[in-house]
Amino acid sequence: MIRNLEHFFAQESCGWCTPCRDGLPWVERLLIAIEEGRGTPEDIERLHDAARLIGPMGRTFCAHAPGAIAPLASGLKMFAEDFQRLVSKPTPGTAESGAAGRRLRRYGPMAKIVIDGREVEARTDVNLLQACLEAGKDLPYFCWHPELGSVGACRQCAVKQYANADDTRGRIVMACMTPVTEGAIFSVDDPEAKEFRGEVVEWLMTNHPHDCPVCEEGGECHLQDMTVMTGHRERRYRFDKRTHNNQELGPFVKHEMNRCISCYRCVRFYRDYAGGEDLGVFASHNNVYFGRHESGTLESPFSGNLIEVCPTGVFTDKPFSKMYSRKWDMRGAPSVCSNCATGCNTIINERAGKVRRTLNRYNDEVNRYFLCDRGRFGHGWVNAPTRLRSAGYVINGDMTPVPAQAALDHFGKIANAGKLVGIGSPRASLESNYALRKLVGEENFSTGMAEPQHSLVKLAVSLMSTSAARIATMQEMETSDGALILGEDVAATSPRMSLALRQIKRTAFNKAADQARVPHWMDASVRTLGQDTVSPLFLVSPTVTDLDGFAQDPIRTMPEDAARLGFAIAHRIDDSAPDVAGLTESEAASASRIADALLAAEKPLLVSGLQYASAALLQATANIASALAAKGKAPLLSFVLPEANSMGLALMGGLSLDEIASRAAGSTLIVLENDLSRRLDKAAFDTVTGGAANLVVLDHSVTPTAIRSQITFPSAAYSETDGTLVSAEGRAQRFFQVVYPDAPLQAGWRWIADLAQAAGFDHVKPWSKLDDLIAEIAATLPVFARIPEAAPSSDYTLEGIPLRSQTHRVSGRTAIRANISVRDIPPPASPDTPLHSTMEGSYGTDMPGTLVPFYQVPGWNSEQSLNRFQQEIGGKMRGGDCGVRLVEGIANAAGSYAMDVPSAFAPRAGQFMLLPEARVFGTDEMSMMSQPIADRAAPAVVRVGGAVAKGAQVRLSLNGELCTVDAVSDPSLPEGVATCPPHMVSRSWSTPGWVSLEITAPAERIGTESAV
Amino acid sequence: MTGLNPEKQPLLALVNRETPLDPAGYDKKGGWRGLRRALGMSPAEIITEVTDSKLRGRGGAGFSTGMKWSFVPKESSKDRLKYIVANGDEMEPGTFKDRILVEGNPLQLIEGMIISAYAIQARHGIIFLRGEYHLGLERLQQAVIQAREAGFLGENILGSGFDFDLHVHPSAGRYICGEETALITALEGRRANPRAKPPFPQIGGLWGAPTVVNNIETFSNIPHILANGTEWYLGLSACVDGGTKLYGVSGRAKRPGVFELPLGTSLGVILNECAGGMQDGYKLRAFLPGGASTAFLGAEHADIIMDYPTPEKAGSRLGTGLAILLDDKTSPIG
Ligand SMILES: Cc1cc2nc3c(=O)[nH]c(=O)nc-3n(C[C@H](O)[C@H](O)[C@H](O)COP(=O)(O)O)c2cc1C
Repeated sequence: MIRNLEHFFAQESCGWCTPCRDGLPWVERLLIAIEEGRGTPEDIERLHDAARLIGPMGRTFCAHAPGAIAPLASGLKMFAEDFQRLVSKPTPGTAESGAAGRRLRRYGPMAKIVIDGREVEARTDVNLLQACLEAGKDLPYFCWHPELGSVGACRQCAVKQYANADDTRGRIVMACMTPVTEGAIFSVDDPEAKEFRGEVVEWLMTNHPHDCPVCEEGGECHLQDMTVMTGHRERRYRFDKRTHNNQELGPFVKHEMNRCISCYRCVRFYRDYAGGEDLGVFASHNNVYFGRHESGTLESPFSGNLIEVCPTGVFTDKPFSKMYSRKWDMRGAPSVCSNCATGCNTIINERAGKVRRTLNRYNDEVNRYFLCDRGRFGHGWVNAPTRLRSAGYVINGDMTPVPAQAALDHFGKIANAGKLVGIGSPRASLESNYALRKLVGEENFSTGMAEPQHSLVKLAVSLMSTSAARIATMQEMETSDGALILGEDVAATSPRMSLALRQIKRTAFNKAADQARVPHWMDASVRTLGQDTVSPLFLVSPTVTDLDGFAQDPIRTMPEDAARLGFAIAHRIDDSAPDVAGLTESEAASASRIADALLAAEKPLLVSGLQYASAALLQATANIASALAAKGKAPLLSFVLPEANSMGLALMGGLSLDEIASRAAGSTLIVLENDLSRRLDKAAFDTVTGGAANLVVLDHSVTPTAIRSQITFPSAAYSETDGTLVSAEGRAQRFFQVVYPDAPLQAGWRWIADLAQAAGFDHVKPWSKLDDLIAEIAATLPVFARIPEAAPSSDYTLEGIPLRSQTHRVSGRTAIRANISVRDIPPPASPDTPLHSTMEGSYGTDMPGTLVPFYQVPGWNSEQSLNRFQQEIGGKMRGGDCGVRLVEGIANAAGSYAMDVPSAFAPRAGQFMLLPEARVFGTDEMSMMSQPIADRAAPAVVRVGGAVAKGAQVRLSLNGELCTVDAVSDPSLPEGVATCPPHMVSRSWSTPGWVSLEITAPAERIGTESAV
Repeated sequence: MTGLNPEKQPLLALVNRETPLDPAGYDKKGGWRGLRRALGMSPAEIITEVTDSKLRGRGGAGFSTGMKWSFVPKESSKDRLKYIVANGDEMEPGTFKDRILVEGNPLQLIEGMIISAYAIQARHGIIFLRGEYHLGLERLQQAVIQAREAGFLGENILGSGFDFDLHVHPSAGRYICGEETALITALEGRRANPRAKPPFPQIGGLWGAPTVVNNIETFSNIPHILANGTEWYLGLSACVDGGTKLYGVSGRAKRPGVFELPLGTSLGVILNECAGGMQDGYKLRAFLPGGASTAFLGAEHADIIMDYPTPEKAGSRLGTGLAILLDDKTSPIG
């Protein structure tokens, strides 16, 4: 009550005179600290001082302060015992009740335990370390990680446990290995426990190089934080340190093994959690070595997480290293990854106009603690020379810069020649697409997707929104106990989702753990107990995938046959779903086995996607979902979509590229952030781009489409503006500006408003800020009615103050450019973002998850401070979560079934069925303009079922282009089938089809040129 | 608030929060009597009568209203610009009495302000209302228009030769606007910071002119004093000061609310008889007797006399007279 009142009085101070302006907020914070268990007896003294010094009439200008202090001063006296109890030091065993806990929303069973004489409520399904952290205690740790659980390796989180109220001696236990049980009594501050923790960190540090000033972890290092927290200040170890050689681990991750404190987190993440095999632990005693068996690129597409998982600077970010800056000298902004449709939440860091790095931003339902490497390292294109930085005319195939106004004036003159046609883009924001659609009119707007993708995305979205299944979040996927991936290499098309799917097997171990009464957070024990568990994940795919090792004997079959299997499974679950004639015996057996497993599951999950461009696969998957629902199950469903805003464009609607082609002839064609050469074969590309009377391109990078244009306008990239993307899960999420470019870049929608102005079209009025545009979209298109909720609007404030995007430690902005001028220049600003561009503004653990520009709290400078931003560790963010779901299945939807069962795959003599081979690195457009990703991408090859001589090549015609590529034999593919990575061999090819392959033996190769 | 006895609960007797009375209806129920009588008296006579009735400010500080008025320079309203201001900021947590008065019987406040204006010879009046009181604002604005049409506001009120008009000002927010000098600064269109005293508002207030600021409840008492006289008014109370008081409680009482009772009623009566006592399963642990800015009193004071001096002797204040209860299950600290 007192905190509540003092919050009011602190907020309501007029700000004139000091005692109440600055004294009351201090009072409030002391009260919060005491209430949350972080208070000290000295804090109570400070409160008494405040009451004594602020309260009396005359100390302050008006009577506000005396009134404000009245409840505090009287409360301190009247409730002295309550105050004492909350800050009391360990008097082991003397539990006192009635103390307030942290203001958390609790889920699940709770127990009352005593920590340092204070009774707190703690969850019983977590370990004591978590309970202490959730109770606001600072308890140092290394090997425990919220997502990886406990293994008890580092011994840093030692606390004292007492057997009962009469036990005065107690014994040291590791908090991370100790369950929370009703009435248990602990002490964190016990001198013996403290001394032990001090010793542990000193041991850990014996071989640490203490190279913080040159270490890239410095300033955001968990080891630094924990060392300070433990109080180890002085080095007593007088002897030599052991040293290690470091390894070259490829384009993403740097290795400095000398800094290692052997917490084992890296291998536990890399191997146990993510399924990588090429990082291990070698040697023994204090010489243990974490690395590969020899130097070489880390193979796991999740290697970048080592950077965040490692508590110190053993694994650091290599591309970041090339343009390194301290955490405190960078601006941060919450963002959303645009390198696939999954919609992972990120933080991007900027300094001096350049994006420096991408970090994970926690969203409990989406990416949680981890990102894939394409997401983490795929941002480099925003800094690349391929960026468009001014308006331009293409003259003789070269981009020639012109002032934006001249280009706009020029547009004004040509705009009325022929009708206006617009091509949107699934890689552009909802806002820009909407603006274009408004400018050209609904009937002249294309989603920017070509067939068959256009129809398939529409089909997927309509199946999702009419299905009786819930659309699965990645968090839900992890805990499914019966899942089927039907005809999609998710590991390549949505890497982060595949990381969630990998956890299904681990979740299954929990059953064995439950039987042995081992809590789920005892990670090593659970893995031991679960070893023989058969994974409840079923996987049907034409090719080998990275998920195979996590599935129950993966079924390898062609897309048509995968779809047939899906239809058959649906029929076996509910016989009103259509049956499949002519199944082989083994197919029929598989169908029954999978149907039984899905029916037996509590949380059945179905995943498919668009990789093989098969409507039948989507329909088969939806049939299984309907069949399960008909049997009273609550299935989860997910379709992997191709691009960051595919879902958004499908919801918005528009013509396919194929449909717009005829309309584009003779028109003034505006192409928004879309490279048509990746979507249309060469002939169609020439027809569309050449047939338009005028071609105007808005994009952030130079593309073959831009080179065909008459006028180009430079769009701001996702790091330079704000906007909304709708992920494959149907979640609208907003990204925020972090770079304030000095070039005349602006959001696509602003250019479109400018185009309308220049041409005198008054049906498009300029929007003064993003929120206005978002409000208009929400009001105009009912499917988007909720997008304003995706994130707070630009006038958001925390405690009345806009948010800041830099830490308070940022080197002064005048100091940093003092070599140029000592005058302060006004910081850049934007009407679209709620984040102030500097360190001025508010920040705190209660800020909305959508707006977190970096993680830091006093004493916790690394991303591990995230603990403090969560209501409970691994749970919701205190300030609310991120994004808003626009698409949901319909509970109890009347299950209707797709009836068109495809016929079985039939090989064709003399021809190959060429399937697209999805890749994490290489097939995606923008990330390949990032050097580290381009370096990581393996060269394109065609994999051929059947024998191929080593060193052979194939010649084939793809979308009308004649290509020559290296060929390798892939014994896992049937005869007559081959795979080829989309976009890497032929720019536009991505859809399965029959081809003639001319295989040339190595001997014949001499003198021929590689097309790659 | 039907069923209340106008003789015992004059402030709330005519309060109707569904449809407040219009000037004619108010007249029928005995309204405007105080004003009619006052306009026949001299300003000095009124001030004496109010002083003798021992009305103390209901805004929290409890200063004698009549005495406050007596500090205002005595020129006639024709010769000197003066203001009268009603303080309806009511942002004190736990306080919600003025709201009921403006929503339920705005004319009572207006009548009180006209009498008071006449007493200090002010030409202009302003009602400063909490910004969130949307309904109150609407009702007040409508009442001012009606009163003006009926000849109670404007020039030559009821043929007395006295000119007075009223303006309603919704606050832009902030608790400090309730502090009278900050309120005045806010009215002037400036940042709502308090001002140095002297000058006191009665000498140099709004735009430097003599200004009296009183609480809405204070003003609402004035018509009844003038209509029924000092003796009657003193008789309403259960203590040495005059009148009734709007008391109330919030927190875990069975029926939190506002009640009009003799000034000097005990908290025990307020809590147990009017508010139904504590909710089942909760015990009273402590309370803030008169809003957030008064000091805690422990449960041993549960029967304390809620007049001006007694809570002060116990270490707190009467404040606004609306108590916030702390029960035994709520953290006093959080
Ligand atoms: C911080 C602060 C807030 C106040 N808020 C109010 C209020 O909301 N309403 C009110 O009538 N008086 C409030 N007051 C008291 C006024 O300053 C002033 O004393 C009162 O309006 C005088 O009216 P009265 O004599 O009729 O009580 C407040 C005082 C302070 C110091």
